[in-house]
Amino acid sequence: MDRSIRRLGVFLMMLFGALFAQLNYIQAWRAPELNTKPGNTRPVDQSFSRPRGTVSTADGVVISRSVKSNDRYEYQRDFPEGELYASMTGYFNYSFGATGLERAYNEELSGRTTSQQVKSVGDLFVKKDRTGNLKLTVRSDVQAAAKAALGDQKGTVVALNPQTGGLLALWSWPSYDPNKLSVHNLDAAAGAKALYTAAPGNPLLAKSYREIYPPGSTFKVVTGSTGVETGAVTPTSPVYPTLTSLDVPQTTRNLPNFGGNACGGTLFVILAKSCNTSFAQMGLDLGGPILLAGAQSFGFNQVPPFDLPAVKSNFPTQDFKDRQPALAQSAIGQNDVAATPLQMALVAAGIANGGVIMEPHVVDEIRDGEGDLVRRLDPTPWKRAVSAQTSDIIRQGMREVVANGSATRLQIDGLDVGAKTGTAQFGPSAPLTSHAWVIAWAGPAGQAPTVVVAVLVEGQGGASEQTGGRVAAPIAKQVIEAAMKPMPVPAGGN
Amino acid sequence: MTALGAVRSRASGPSLIGQSRRRAELGLIVLAVAITAGAYTLASLGQTASVPVNIGPFLGVLFALFLGAHLAVRRLAPEADGILLPMCFMLNGIGYVFIARLAPAQAGLQAVWTAVGIAAFVGTLLFVPRARDLERYRYTFLLVGLSLLMLPLVPGVGRVIGGARIWVAIGPIRFQPGEFAKIAFALFFASYLVEKRELLSMATWPRFRPVLPDLKHLGPVMIAWGMAIVVMTAQKDLGSSLLFFALFLSMLWVATGRVAYPAGGAVLFGVGAYGAWTQFTHVQTRVSAWLNPWGHQATGGYQVIQAWYAFAWGGVAGTGIGLGRPDRIPVVESDFIFAAIGEELGLLGATAILLAFLLIIGSGLRVAVQADHPFDKLLAAGLTSLVGIQSFVIIAGVTRLLPLTGVVLPFVSYGGSALVANYVLLALLIRVSDGNSRQRRAKQAAKSAAAVA
Repeated sequence: MDRSIRRLGVFLMMLFGALFAQLNYIQAWRAPELNTKPGNTRPVDQSFSRPRGTVSTADGVVISRSVKSNDRYEYQRDFPEGELYASMTGYFNYSFGATGLERAYNEELSGRTTSQQVKSVGDLFVKKDRTGNLKLTVRSDVQAAAKAALGDQKGTVVALNPQTGGLLALWSWPSYDPNKLSVHNLDAAAGAKALYTAAPGNPLLAKSYREIYPPGSTFKVVTGSTGVETGAVTPTSPVYPTLTSLDVPQTTRNLPNFGGNACGGTLFVILAKSCNTSFAQMGLDLGGPILLAGAQSFGFNQVPPFDLPAVKSNFPTQDFKDRQPALAQSAIGQNDVAATPLQMALVAAGIANGGVIMEPHVVDEIRDGEGDLVRRLDPTPWKRAVSAQTSDIIRQGMREVVANGSATRLQIDGLDVGAKTGTAQFGPSAPLTSHAWVIAWAGPAGQAPTVVVAVLVEGQGGASEQTGGRVAAPIAKQVIEAAMKPMPVPAGGN
Repeated sequence: MTALGAVRSRASGPSLIGQSRRRAELGLIVLAVAITAGAYTLASLGQTASVPVNIGPFLGVLFALFLGAHLAVRRLAPEADGILLPMCFMLNGIGYVFIARLAPAQAGLQAVWTAVGIAAFVGTLLFVPRARDLERYRYTFLLVGLSLLMLPLVPGVGRVIGGARIWVAIGPIRFQPGEFAKIAFALFFASYLVEKRELLSMATWPRFRPVLPDLKHLGPVMIAWGMAIVVMTAQKDLGSSLLFFALFLSMLWVATGRVAYPAGGAVLFGVGAYGAWTQFTHVQTRVSAWLNPWGHQATGGYQVIQAWYAFAWGGVAGTGIGLGRPDRIPVVESDFIFAAIGEELGLLGATAILLAFLLIIGSGLRVAVQADHPFDKLLAAGLTSLVGIQSFVIIAGVTRLLPLTGVVLPFVSYGGSALVANYVLLALLIRVSDGNSRQRRAKQAAKSAAAVA
């Protein structure tokens, strides 16, 4: 009998061994996946019943905070500036989750990163606030200027510092009020979401970094840079023939200039006049693979290392050998080329910053409630788009655009400004509609540029090369002027 | 034979082994009290960030209860194993802390049941001075067991709670007679198998010796088991059904040492399980919820998924008591209490609970091995199997290792009947253990007396 009892013991021990293995499987192996599974409300519960840090602009304006609430959750997320920063803050909702910074920096805001946790273990017996507060690089004055300048036109404004990659403004209209989507009354929040989803212009979408548009002539900066970088193009040669339309191989349809204008010449001339025929020819001469490589060195076909969830911009990767008309169209930013406004701002930033694109970010630093630094987003190079020499040449070309080209409205006294306008046709040919673009950089004369702006105004009537300069350039000018003023002193501090 | 007999035999004083066992037991009980009080304080800190106001009285009552049981053992079973009691106290204490944290309204009742359980423990020790005295009441136990099992089926008394008809309500008192039936059956099996084990180990037909014992000898056991299974199926209580069957098989295995019994039993169980699966919708829903809980959230899957989320959220170190969200799991305070422990104490805490059960199993089986008399052996092994298998079945169900069957986690879960029944079970184990040491001492004394003579 004793032998049987011992074997019974071994059997029971094996059963418990299986339990131990299963516990390890759930609690260690599967835990990361289970903890993020949709439908698991524990992470949301935790976020909702805990205080969260604030989000404030570089000049100290609080744009997101937690206030005590007297309902089943302890805190209500509050966005004092409403729609103005919606594309950055996102919303914070119990049933449909969080977006924007509320999602991207959830761990920091709720004090759950490792460094914050380790600190709180140290504070075991002293009550200290280890939730993270985000300080942005965005300035409230530049953001307000962007909103005012765009007015009630559908579109996007992106402004950033090309030397650090820190954003100064990020505005799209139509926008939405994140407070309406973050209320604890779930029915009210769902109703507001349904209304916004049905509204024209997709207010909930952060169009500045999550929607792609044909960049039109602003893409000529990429084509021109690629030409100069490969040595095929210099400021003096080639001299592109003056044409009204280009005879593109493999098709009977010629590629015209806007308004049937005759146009041609050296690099600076064709950039200032934005000659379609010349840049299409340049693209055909460079060939598909080189143009693709050029576009990718500016960040196309890659997710930018932005601290908000940006999408890829697109440059077609197919073989262009038998698709020469598509190549010609792509070289002037049409066909399947499509970019986020953020990406086009990064193109200008690369040119403005000696050929190096810095990683874009909206958060400057994170400090916990005790003022201790949690993390700082130091300026980090993302890509070398072109050499310093190439960037010097293209900068000169973009100056010409402002001095006597399509962006004369961007001339600002005392500032060194370069720009490129664009008019991107989209949709059916009748009625003819287009997006008006401008990308620009600016800085004190004789110094490196400190501001880059990309402006997109959607759905303008007609399609003239003047549209970008007429509609978008004045907006960019107002934003640049605001950014050039000294930053307002933070009110009261944090 | 009576309580007086037990007291009188103490006149010779406890042995050295007995003394050291009692000292160890007291030390471990102090540790169990400390763990429980610490956990109770942490739970309060976690929920309201303050030390519980009643921590003083709580400690006092807890210590008084556990110390009372310890003193009773010192007096009534001074030579018994010293690990079993503190282990059960620790499980009971941790269980109470979690019930108080999860369902404060039920904590008071659970405290009362703990006191009743400890009283039942002392009472059992008092009224059963020698385990072997129970051997002769075997058919009484069979009858008692069967009556208890059938009681919930009696109209007017039985109650259906949570889909299973396993409750009895008489006036304001509700209890699950099945919890006590298990002990009665263990007693019956032990005494019956002691008598029949020789016959069961042998076969009447030599050609089939390894396969078939004589059905004649197996008959009564089969009938007892079959009735139990039928009643269980009628009551829709899968967990108890499984538990009974496992108890029956493990005791048959211990009694005969023949592989054919557990092997044949496993086959029988497979057939029975398949039959139940094809016949009963409540079995089908349990199995589907086990295989694919995400696809069967409305029919039981939700609970298991929430338990998994709880375990995962706890991770290795746990959220800390009072800091998790185990309240998201339905009926967390009874069947799913282990998931709450897994969430708030983590893999480490859950493993500690597993180890506590393993220690109880190890001690219980050691008692069985050390016993001289086959009845003591069988009883100790059977009672230990009950605790071990019941804790395995529910933990396996909660962690989705097996389909969920509603049984409570011994000593930990909320539930008065189970707690009282398990304390009675513990008292019987302690009684057997005490008897072993006394007998060995008596033998040694006889031997040395013979040597002197």
